[in-house]
Amino acid sequence: MSEPTYKAGKQPHANEYRLIFRNIDREGWDTSIDTYLNEGGYGELKKALGMEPGQVTNEVKASGLRGRGGAGFPTGVKWTFIPPNNTKPVYLICNADESEPGTFKDRYILHQDPHQLLEGLIIACFAVGAHLAYIYIREEFPEAAQIVEKAISEAKAKGFLGKDIQGSGFDLEVYVHRGAGAYICGEETGLIESLEGKRPYPRIKPPYFPAAMGLYMCPTIVNNVETLCHVKHIVKMGGEEYAKLGTPRNTGTRILCVSGDVRKPGYFEVEVGKITMGQLINDMCGGLKEGRKIKAVIPGGSSAKVLRGDEKYTIGKGDDAKELSLLEIPMDFDTLMACGSMAGSGGVIVIDDSRSISWVLNNINNFYAHESCGQCTPCREGSLWMKKISDRIVAGTASPEDVDTLDSVARNIDGRTICAFGEACSWPTESFVAKFRDELTADTKADLSGTLLNPESKLAAAHLKSQQEAQKTEAKPVAV
Amino acid sequence: MSFTVPQELEKEIDERITHYPVSKRSAVLPILHALQHHFGYLSEEAVEWTAAKLELQPIKVLEVVTFYPGFRQEAPGKYHIRVCRTLSCAMAGSYELMEALCEKGEIDRSAVSHHHPIAVGKDGKFSIEFAECLASCGFGPVCMVNDEFHENVTPDKVEDLLSKYE
Repeated sequence: MSEPTYKAGKQPHANEYRLIFRNIDREGWDTSIDTYLNEGGYGELKKALGMEPGQVTNEVKASGLRGRGGAGFPTGVKWTFIPPNNTKPVYLICNADESEPGTFKDRYILHQDPHQLLEGLIIACFAVGAHLAYIYIREEFPEAAQIVEKAISEAKAKGFLGKDIQGSGFDLEVYVHRGAGAYICGEETGLIESLEGKRPYPRIKPPYFPAAMGLYMCPTIVNNVETLCHVKHIVKMGGEEYAKLGTPRNTGTRILCVSGDVRKPGYFEVEVGKITMGQLINDMCGGLKEGRKIKAVIPGGSSAKVLRGDEKYTIGKGDDAKELSLLEIPMDFDTLMACGSMAGSGGVIVIDDSRSISWVLNNINNFYAHESCGQCTPCREGSLWMKKISDRIVAGTASPEDVDTLDSVARNIDGRTICAFGEACSWPTESFVAKFRDELTADTKADLSGTLLNPESKLAAAHLKSQQEAQKTEAKPVAV
Repeated sequence: MSFTVPQELEKEIDERITHYPVSKRSAVLPILHALQHHFGYLSEEAVEWTAAKLELQPIKVLEVVTFYPGFRQEAPGKYHIRVCRTLSCAMAGSYELMEALCEKGEIDRSAVSHHHPIAVGKDGKFSIEFAECLASCGFGPVCMVNDEFHENVTPDKVEDLLSKYE
């Protein structure tokens, strides 16, 4: 295999370890199957077809691979959740609905290296026994949908898809299914409803764990694009060898996407946990703009809790405990969780001291108010209330108590909804209020304290008052 | 205007339906995409046609149309622009981009609301709406014109961008 060279200005950074993004922005690379085959493409599929399906799953388990879509759940373990006595058909869905704000990685795999995804997907289908698979691509990637469909027909023509793949006796059909612009379709049960032709209202778990009751009520595995690509490399390297990449419990590589207030935003594939937030921001992204300081970082997509630039984080317990500054945090699943946030989907948004925190939170709240599916009351109403209150804070027409109301609304959403969107929409508000209360309060107006500010509460107050007055007139003492 | 689905398009739709051997109801989204691509938006007739095709009650199709932001019930311009509104793009200036596009494209957004997110400009050449995260956060502000994607569209590039669409 030749060493890739990259297009001008697109060379990987020295800190990168390119496995999944090896062919992204590569000189002379294209999406055709011939180009892919020239580099040994579909070799891992042939290798996997010579193994027992259970062996493939065991390699993925041994690799320690954790899902790259956001939740970070071990992929191999997810695969084994299909009931052992299952007699129904099994389906696999690739979640290519990339839409978590701050995340832009699957876009490049779909547009530039579709056969890598297909190879990983076919291996995964073989491992879990799926003979029908869908790639759910968000509607806003129309070109990607065409590229992947072309790749599917090429793979079929070469005998990597369809009946009796490479003489193994294994059959598989793959189709592209396009979304229609709804963020909630990235939630796996919402995605399944959408694929069934309905509104993407997430299903409640239990009992609707997709691995047991998914698409058409049959066992279904839903994996992210990047996750499926890793499967190919795990088969190539072997699970144990793959697990040497990254750090224990946080194995392999992952793609980090950096946006916001850095000089050189972009995507970087690194060994998980081998680089720190500081290396990522300062070395790989060229640091902040002249004279600016980090105010905050959202480390794993907009749903992840915000981290303050000047905060200290205590990691570990007892004798192992150590204190880290924001820039010393290694970018892995466990450490970011210990810092009170999450690695999520790998989308890192950097916010410098020129930004208004109220404005940032308001932008995020607008997103979630727009994207709530509306199925659960706390989320449907709460996300809109959080938007309205933060609208007021930004407009300078909020009272100081509005900050508490904002917090209270958020805390009445998480844990009270069918799906994790409840947490996704309330965590930004909870964490912004916890960490930037002073700044949010400074944007409110002290002289509005005690006044009712939104039309609904004004109406409610007027109604209560008229009721009270009516009661007073009715409650005249009766002569005995 | 009478609603007729051309034979070619119906053939394409029939082929799409075969992608869902377990339940043809799954083909609701692909059919709506195909119809919207052809007609520009989804009329009542389009909803009824889809329902008849899949042997569903029309409400089962309409509820899908009204849920997804990617489906429109009103005609857009010849070139429909979607500007990313979400955090990273907003930090990079997507609200300024929206203003510049409206100014140069002669589009008035004053009547836009949650239920009518699209504004159509003079002569129906351009229409515009804010979209949520288009997943290119490092290279904002970004926008789409019909199916074409553009990144790093700072307001000074708006004139050039619009001149590509005649």
